[in-house]
Amino acid sequence: MSFLEYRLKSVPTGVSKIFYLNWALFLVVTAVAAIGWLMLYSIAGGDIETWAEPQMKRYAAGFVISLAVALTPIWFWRNMSLLGYGLTFVLLLIVEFFGTVGMGAQRWIDLGFMRLQPSELMKVTLVMMLAAYYDWLDDKRISRPLWVLVPVLLIIVPTVLVLMQPNLGTSVMLIIAGAAVMFAAGVSWWYFGAVALIGGAAVASVFFTRGTPWQFLHDYQYKRIDTFLDPSADPLGAGYNIIQAKIALGSGGWTGKGFMQGTQSRLNFLPEKHTDFIFTTLGEEFGFVGAFALLILYTLILVFLIWAAIQNKDRFSQLFIIGIAANFFLYIAVNLSMVMGMAPVVGVPLPFLSYGGSATLVLLLAFGLVQSAIVHRPR
Amino acid sequence: MRRTPRDTEATSRNFTRRALLMTGAMGAMMSALGVRMHTLGVRQAGEFELLAEENRVNIQLVPPARGLIFDRNAKPLAANEQNYRVVMTKEGAGDTELVLNRLSHVIPLTADDLERVRKDIKRNSSFVPITVADRLSWEDFSKVALNAPALPGVTPEVGLSRSYPRDIDLAHVMGYVGPVSEKDLESLENPDPLLRIPDFQIGKIGVEKWMEDTLRGTAGTKRLEVNSVGRVMRELERIEGDPGADLTLTIDADVQNFVQARLGIESAACVVMDVRNGDIIAAVSSPSFDPNLFVRGISFGDYNVLTENDHRPLANKSVQGAYPPGSTFKIVTALAGLKDGQITPEYKARCIGFVESNGTRFHCWKAGGHGSVSLPKSLAESCDVFYYEIAQKVGIEKIALMARELGLGVRHDLPMSAITEGNIPTKAWKQERYKKDWVIGDTINASIGQGYVLTSPLQLAVMTARVASGTQVIPRLIKAIDGKPVDIAPVLPLEIDPEHLRVVREGLVDVVNSEHGTAKASKIVDETLTFAGKTGTSQVRNISAAERETGVVTNDNLPWEKRDHALFVGYAPAENPRYAVAVVVEHGGGGSAVAAPIARDAILRALSDGVPPLTAYPESQRGRMESLLKALVLRRADGTFPEGDKA
Repeated sequence: MSFLEYRLKSVPTGVSKIFYLNWALFLVVTAVAAIGWLMLYSIAGGDIETWAEPQMKRYAAGFVISLAVALTPIWFWRNMSLLGYGLTFVLLLIVEFFGTVGMGAQRWIDLGFMRLQPSELMKVTLVMMLAAYYDWLDDKRISRPLWVLVPVLLIIVPTVLVLMQPNLGTSVMLIIAGAAVMFAAGVSWWYFGAVALIGGAAVASVFFTRGTPWQFLHDYQYKRIDTFLDPSADPLGAGYNIIQAKIALGSGGWTGKGFMQGTQSRLNFLPEKHTDFIFTTLGEEFGFVGAFALLILYTLILVFLIWAAIQNKDRFSQLFIIGIAANFFLYIAVNLSMVMGMAPVVGVPLPFLSYGGSATLVLLLAFGLVQSAIVHRPR
Repeated sequence: MRRTPRDTEATSRNFTRRALLMTGAMGAMMSALGVRMHTLGVRQAGEFELLAEENRVNIQLVPPARGLIFDRNAKPLAANEQNYRVVMTKEGAGDTELVLNRLSHVIPLTADDLERVRKDIKRNSSFVPITVADRLSWEDFSKVALNAPALPGVTPEVGLSRSYPRDIDLAHVMGYVGPVSEKDLESLENPDPLLRIPDFQIGKIGVEKWMEDTLRGTAGTKRLEVNSVGRVMRELERIEGDPGADLTLTIDADVQNFVQARLGIESAACVVMDVRNGDIIAAVSSPSFDPNLFVRGISFGDYNVLTENDHRPLANKSVQGAYPPGSTFKIVTALAGLKDGQITPEYKARCIGFVESNGTRFHCWKAGGHGSVSLPKSLAESCDVFYYEIAQKVGIEKIALMARELGLGVRHDLPMSAITEGNIPTKAWKQERYKKDWVIGDTINASIGQGYVLTSPLQLAVMTARVASGTQVIPRLIKAIDGKPVDIAPVLPLEIDPEHLRVVREGLVDVVNSEHGTAKASKIVDETLTFAGKTGTSQVRNISAAERETGVVTNDNLPWEKRDHALFVGYAPAENPRYAVAVVVEHGGGGSAVAAPIARDAILRALSDGVPPLTAYPESQRGRMESLLKALVLRRADGTFPEGDKA
């Protein structure tokens, strides 16, 4: 159902819009970010300038952008979807050919004041694009093969580009978040069932052919999988990160070693402790209580998002919000299961905690859009 | 785009249903994460806490200070010297090349040094201190400290390293320390963890090696907090270890120095021993070497010079050298004959210059013979025939027993390396060793200390001390440990009739003091310090019958390595024996001409409070002795050489 069918008069206008924002959502998000600043301060050994201050500045800037986005009508953003998707796609191409190589992968464009990761941006614009597509598409055609192929291509093509960087974590997130939007839009179960079946068969064949001349992966790739399954087999190599992360989390106990008392992070045993592995410091210094509290806050944000999606009668808004919720969930699930040794190490930051500009800005942008959908929802 | 409200409603319901399904999946995942947190952080916490502590804490050993070694008069023999060195870290220096370049203008650095430093810097983490220069003089050291602002990352440091202030004098006794080798570790069942500290040094030979456990001390520990690359963040706790115990040796460093100088360039050994308690006053082996070279890591060049020298400076001849004792062994044969009752103290033999046995002629050194020979005369004039005859009656087994009673053929357990047992042959020994029967000729050869008989200077000194004191004195080298005197084993009397000892001593006094004594030129004229002893000249080659016909070639006409060994054993004062001395000069020629004068000077030095007084020498020798003694380059009281020149 489109906005044109609702009475626009009931939509708030002007400054009064700020009263219709979901401030509770902003509050929880800021609380999570504040935990992040605290951890960054601790990891830098009690120094605010190293990581905490730049991160706070970014958050502030991102928040202003988020507000501006929120106060702009959601239908404007819907109309921008194709443009946004197209621009992000071009940026991905630019990264592929002119991007800076960092950590062994081409991921960002140096804009001078910040480094932009188009792949992060793609997480939002892809969801926007798919939501807009299903908003436009006639319900009856949703499950027709040709009309299923279009969104599949919309997902696959940028994913391939991201995979070439290579960035496995983001690729997985793009596919799953895209699939989530398709699922929510009402694409037939059969498609998902078939994909799950083929995927399962592929994984099984990868493992069963191991050691035979026609094995699917290179030996070193199998080795990486082994390392994930049993990190202690390679304690100084690839398994090191996982082992040290688990030690940090485990040694925290119930209430942790105390603020700034984490030996694992302070003494540098933790890898990437201020970015992807920041959760380990939280677990070490504040224990199970602190880690679980963060999990509750994240769950709260997810609940807010899903509630906002269900409540919203605008199809674009619904699908967009559920897509962002899926994305947000994936950040958390992939990062935490990696840090806790439940999944292989892939580069996915923990939302609002990990040090870094792109993810924070993109997430705030996404939450701005969600707020816009909330403010401008049909009443 | 228009849609019917019904469609819209259905779509919306469908969306809600699917959104809730997704919510369920997300909820399940979030729960799984929560459970995982609980498992790691609470249920397995103990295990991980331990691992985190292991990560964090690094226990390091603090090496103890090694025990010092002093001589009997508390003069330092081994010290822990302050070692001034300069270390550098890469992270502190930044541009290491620039800093090294500047440093090389401040202190002397060779191209090799620089190359090694560069390699070390590359090999180690940037915070690991690399030793740039070692054993700097105080001046160079201060220069580095003064120029510190221009030398970032460079730190002057003071460490401890072993030094031997008496360098060459005691090289063989003290030995030296060196880095722990793989072999050292393998030879130990349960090596002290200290040995694994890089640069830790242990005794390699000599007292340093054999008293290692006493000198080493026990390690302290420090618990350090380290980060993931091993950089020390802070010290958590420190437990000091116990320094090693100090040793006091029985050696008198000044006597040792005198004897070392007196032996000069000869390949020789001399042991001076207190006959009352077995204290080794001096144990000298010549030529010697500087043990400090080994502590610093000896260069190939220096090492080759030492190993290629035919006088074998590295060998500790005083305990390691096994020489045929020659005529000094006659003491043993005489006492064996007396004990066995084959001869009485009054027994006289007739020497016609040779003895025939089984058709072989055994010659006395004096062609034409000594005529009627009593026991004291046989010693004084060193008649061989006298002993050939006794030996044939007594037999080798009894001679061997007497030799052992006097400390020959026995390994004396001193804390020195490569102490030889020597060899006192018996019938069983020959059968075992050569698979041949013992023949009477073997006994005859053994009776005058030739043939299979081998003894070390230490053993000869013990023999002399036992004869002089009449007791089973046991040599010892350690006088005190950490100031506490080491107990002297109770000294038992020899199982020899005192009358027998008396007559032998009478002969030994005659050797030096009678008109025909073989060592009459080495008399001590001071009546309170009468010298007694026995000469020995042991052949290192066979003299053929043909050579005996044409006249034996004199030592002077032989190449060095074919000349006879010169030996002398002695003690003084004869009336109230205090010290025993044994001298072996390898290929030195005659015992009376070469070894006896050295023995006299050594024992006089031990008996006097400084360089032997000229009044102790016969008047005719004083002029020569004065210049000889003056020519010796001796250490001053503080152990240094006058005007800094070394012998």
